[in-house]
Amino acid sequence: MVQSLKTDEILVNMGPQHPSTHGVLRCLLKTDGEWVREVWPYIGYLHRCKEKIAEKVSYIQFMPYTDRLDYLASANNNLGWAMAVERLTSIEVPERAVWLRVLAAELNRIASHLLSYGTFGMEAGAFTPFFYGFRERETIVSIFDQLCGARLTYHYARIGGVMRDLSPETAKAIRRFLDEMDRRWVEYNTLLSDNEIFVRRTANVGVIPADLAIAYGLTGPVLRGSGVAHDIRKAAPYACYPKLDFKVCVGEGLKGTVGDCWDRYWVRMLEIRESVKICRQILDGLPEGPYQAKVPRILKVLANEAYVRTEAPRGELGFYIISDGTDKPWRCRIRAPSFCNLSILNRIARNCLVADVIMILGSIDVVMGEVDR
Amino acid sequence: MPGTLTDIINYVIQTALGVVGLDYARVPEMLRIGAAMLIACGAMLGYVAVVALFFGWAERRVAGRIQARQGPNIVGPFGLLQLIADAIKILVKEDIIPQTAHRFLFRLAPILVFMGAFAPFVVLPFSETLVVSNLSLGVYYALSFAALEVVGVIMAGWASNNKWSLYGGMRLAAQMMSYEIPMGLAVLTVAVLSGHLNLRTIVLDQQGYWIFSWNVFRGFPWAFLAMFVFYLAGLAGSKRTPFDLPEAESEIVAGYHTEYSGMRFVIFYLSEYATMYVVSALTAVLFLGGWHGPIPHVLAWDGQVHWEAGPVLSALIGMVNMIGKSFFLMFVMLWFRWTYPRVRVDQIVYLCMKVLVPLGIICLMGASAWALVW
Repeated sequence: MVQSLKTDEILVNMGPQHPSTHGVLRCLLKTDGEWVREVWPYIGYLHRCKEKIAEKVSYIQFMPYTDRLDYLASANNNLGWAMAVERLTSIEVPERAVWLRVLAAELNRIASHLLSYGTFGMEAGAFTPFFYGFRERETIVSIFDQLCGARLTYHYARIGGVMRDLSPETAKAIRRFLDEMDRRWVEYNTLLSDNEIFVRRTANVGVIPADLAIAYGLTGPVLRGSGVAHDIRKAAPYACYPKLDFKVCVGEGLKGTVGDCWDRYWVRMLEIRESVKICRQILDGLPEGPYQAKVPRILKVLANEAYVRTEAPRGELGFYIISDGTDKPWRCRIRAPSFCNLSILNRIARNCLVADVIMILGSIDVVMGEVDR
Repeated sequence: MPGTLTDIINYVIQTALGVVGLDYARVPEMLRIGAAMLIACGAMLGYVAVVALFFGWAERRVAGRIQARQGPNIVGPFGLLQLIADAIKILVKEDIIPQTAHRFLFRLAPILVFMGAFAPFVVLPFSETLVVSNLSLGVYYALSFAALEVVGVIMAGWASNNKWSLYGGMRLAAQMMSYEIPMGLAVLTVAVLSGHLNLRTIVLDQQGYWIFSWNVFRGFPWAFLAMFVFYLAGLAGSKRTPFDLPEAESEIVAGYHTEYSGMRFVIFYLSEYATMYVVSALTAVLFLGGWHGPIPHVLAWDGQVHWEAGPVLSALIGMVNMIGKSFFLMFVMLWFRWTYPRVRVDQIVYLCMKVLVPLGIICLMGASAWALVW
């Protein structure tokens, strides 16, 4: 009698050194041949005690640390922290500074989504989108270089304003970039979004139903990809967003099911276009005036607490500060969108192929600096 | 007139020795054939190395152009010497064999892979006379040796004792099961159309009216379809995007050659280009008229202009045609690689088994019907 061949499930360690785990995420895969039965993400390889540091440095000094949370969207983190501190201290921010912050945040959103486009393409096996995405991101980075002198960790928004005014040359460079972006956007879709192989790799893969997405507390493009039109910029408007005209993009299941990898990817692509629109409006309607309010050297706040949430490229970024009346926060809690979004990986990456796990992880688009903090 | 490359080599040796006053005919025949074969194989080995080096460079240049960047352009003219520099770097690299690897198989694997990639070169005809070995079962020989490469890859994946490597090896095993069948069917279509398995004869058959006597048009639509089946299956066979699953970087790190470094890695690398060339050259031979140019080099217009190229010139022209076609098809592979994403492992099996195999069967049946009618 022929004995049936014994097969076994094996555990494979994906990461922390792996080409497509976005830095130092470690996933343990339980695999049965090419089938992945379960995925457990292990985090903490990039833990830098950000929240503890916040208790040891002053409100003003913590700003550069926020650059390094989601290092692909520094301007958005700066904006969140500045708003949280300003709410505690009730500093009046000049109108022009508010608009400039939003301009920086939206440019940064484009840059972040471009990078996501590139790496997602790379994870699907296409190299060229990566270079295309980086080409345009490079322009944004150069614009930031002109704007605030830094290329990755901007530290542009400051408590009570921004560090430097927008020069006419920079404004011109931004306009040139926005016009170019309109053309490139079409090119990106020709290269990747509508590619048959790419669609087959991503459509109907890693579907997150809307109720599951809400139950897991997902935010940002991952939530909107599931068809939930929730955007802090619209749901709880802050800064100058109420004055701007833009759409909340949601996944519609154009190529497959609502909430699949392609939808999440497509929401990011649509958001690039919306951000371009927002940037144009800001450049057109930028109010005149000072760009920095008078802020005392040593910022003393009353014993109080504040929670400010903003829409970062990866979702809802929240800063919860409890102050005890000194110049340092008593406790700071950062609600990182990537961290919450990553929690769904174990739930949706089940009984799929190894290649699908990569696509799901890529479509969630985590930044480990933010997950581990 | 000499028949094949070995005859030419023998002729050259004979003449050379004759000048010195030695009679080459007194040497035993087996020795003469052996020497000629060795020299011819050496020449082919050199050719493989040149092709692989050239395409190592071309790939990076093409990738650069496609990705809106420069590519290597500093070392030598157009960066042509970049590969030489890389070769020197790789030669001095430490050769690492993981402690837990199966040492013997780990060493054997690259050799098998290279053997599988190189062996088909000896039956590739470059012109009517330039064939190393004029095997009557040339196609069969080339395909069998191409399958040997798969054994090497699976061996590498297993011997590395690394889970990612194992994945790479097993992926290629699954891939081979799928692409070998449509590949065989496509080849059979041509075999039925021309009635030969000898590559040289298959090309000789395609001589005639410009491009219309090439198999791809002569056997329209069967051979035309079969060409795409063959090329796609060959693409999967040479592990190129969109079928580069065994070495999918974003999924399984580097697949079967994760643990390989230095010279051993380069052998895999060279084999990939060699296989690409074999697939391209076979496509050219089987479907695109081999060494026949789009404009026949034997011209006869109105009986007025009559010009026939001599043996040397026609061999040269044939070589240029053949290499040009092969290089163009290789360029298409590079183009694919830098444009398309990768398919999933179930999708490649689906594509081969449910799309290419039925297509191949249709081609074969159609071609057989045509062969019966005419």
